Amino acid sequence: MPAWLDDFLWTYQNVVYALGINGLLALSMYVVLAVGQLSLGQAAFMGLGAYSSALMTLKLHWPFFVVLPASCVVPVMFALAIGVPTLRLSGVYLAIATIGLGEVLRAAYLNIDYVGGALGLSGIPERANFWMIYGLLAAAILILWLVGRSGIGRAMEALREDENAAQVMGINIGAYRMGALLASAVLAGLAGALSAHVSSFIGPNEYGFEPAVTILSFALLGGIGTPLAPVLGAWILTLLPELLRGFSDLRLVFNGLIIVLAVLFLPNGLLGWRMRRRAA
Amino acid sequence: MSLLRTAGLTRRFAGLTAVDQVDLAVAEGTIHAVIGPNGAGKTTLFNLISGLVPPSDGSIHFAGQDISQLPVHRRAGLGMARTFQNIRIFASMTVLENVLTGLHARLDGGLGAVILRLPGFRRAERHAVARAREVLELVGLADQAENRAAALPYGDQRRLEIARALASSPRLVLLDEPAAGMNPAETDALKALVRRIRDAGTTVLLVEHDMGFVMDLSDRITVLNFGRRIFEGTPIEVRQETTVIEAYLGHKVAERLARRAAAS
Repeated sequence: MPAWLDDFLWTYQNVVYALGINGLLALSMYVVLAVGQLSLGQAAFMGLGAYSSALMTLKLHWPFFVVLPASCVVPVMFALAIGVPTLRLSGVYLAIATIGLGEVLRAAYLNIDYVGGALGLSGIPERANFWMIYGLLAAAILILWLVGRSGIGRAMEALREDENAAQVMGINIGAYRMGALLASAVLAGLAGALSAHVSSFIGPNEYGFEPAVTILSFALLGGIGTPLAPVLGAWILTLLPELLRGFSDLRLVFNGLIIVLAVLFLPNGLLGWRMRRRAA
Repeated sequence: MSLLRTAGLTRRFAGLTAVDQVDLAVAEGTIHAVIGPNGAGKTTLFNLISGLVPPSDGSIHFAGQDISQLPVHRRAGLGMARTFQNIRIFASMTVLENVLTGLHARLDGGLGAVILRLPGFRRAERHAVARAREVLELVGLADQAENRAAALPYGDQRRLEIARALASSPRLVLLDEPAAGMNPAETDALKALVRRIRDAGTTVLLVEHDMGFVMDLSDRITVLNFGRRIFEGTPIEVRQETTVIEAYLGHKVAERLARRAAAS
């Protein structure tokens, strides 16, 4: 690593890490929105990834190359449990169930001593680094880009536009919705494990309703035309509070304002363009 | 042999039997029309056949297989396609992409093939695009392939929906009011298109209010009223059938027409 990059990372380490992790969370939101579903469980999935990975490191002393992939397991199990009953229904059932999940988990973290209770878990060794975070982010963007450009992406867009017409075309909408929710849980779980292993501390209140809405605003601001769009949204919404540090109390007000303005004036997000999808 | 057969097909909504004990047999290679006054249950019948609405009772057989409980997407895989009464194209996509979506059942290559860009996946996509262009040629939209579907005029959107349904070379295509809102010239072109579809080997089941269109085109006609099948026959038989005229024009007009026919 060149010396200037080293210096830069040292100074702005937290922001640089947050940009990458929030980028992953924005993608986790994107995959669900891309099939026309609304989930507010990204923060909950992230929390599951963070807590389960921190426990694997602190209590089981597993090496990080095992912990990181294993951190997806618990979020995926919860996604299955929530997805099976709610994804058959259209409408806001998934959103409601996932809000509930976030609150139930918060109460659980607070009351279970094994996971630290109200004090959270501290002293998590710093095992993740810049290359892991940005390598995973780049890989996720690349994979989602390839999928989005293929017939699978076409089916996802069809599903978003008109689920009845999509079914009649032979698209298995249940499988697509479940696949998207599981991919979302994987991405959020990885983001949670990475964030736990760069910040050394995690607490029960970091994964509730407030961060869930913030993650949604990443995708609303950036758009969901391409996987780059929500990442851009995440970066703007991560950098903005850093630049407006004096107004840090108003952070949520800014996020709310951005959601309202984006819905009113940028219904397709900042990066509104669609993926080119020409095969031959 | 009938390609599609329903027996005692029934669908009850709260307080209303939209489709009531309907027996329908659609012979392979024919154009079969379902007509009836508004609210007769024609669209519900289509929704039952394509699986968007589960039946309350009765059975649906397609290509010799009981599909009554089969999910919608599986019916597409068996060779059934449809259009909708209110146009349901994918507005944000291009015309070509809309038709490619119709080929989904044939293209599902799996995630691995997509991410690794396997040669089989690329070949399948190339074939799909060639097929999609062929279908667009058939309906006369080839020069619009790269345009956004939402930007097409109404009549072209209807033809695009038909193209999307035909892309997978289905054995049966259900057309729900394909001529709705079309001018006479467009209707004539559509008539020719439906004949070409049948001659190419696809069985056509259609719902339509334009009687000239139905009478000219259909090999057989099933008449529904209040969810029940009241008559089935050739266009000539249907035109002479009093119960059908009654259903459309009421009891009195039917009697008067019958008297006038007897007098002449």
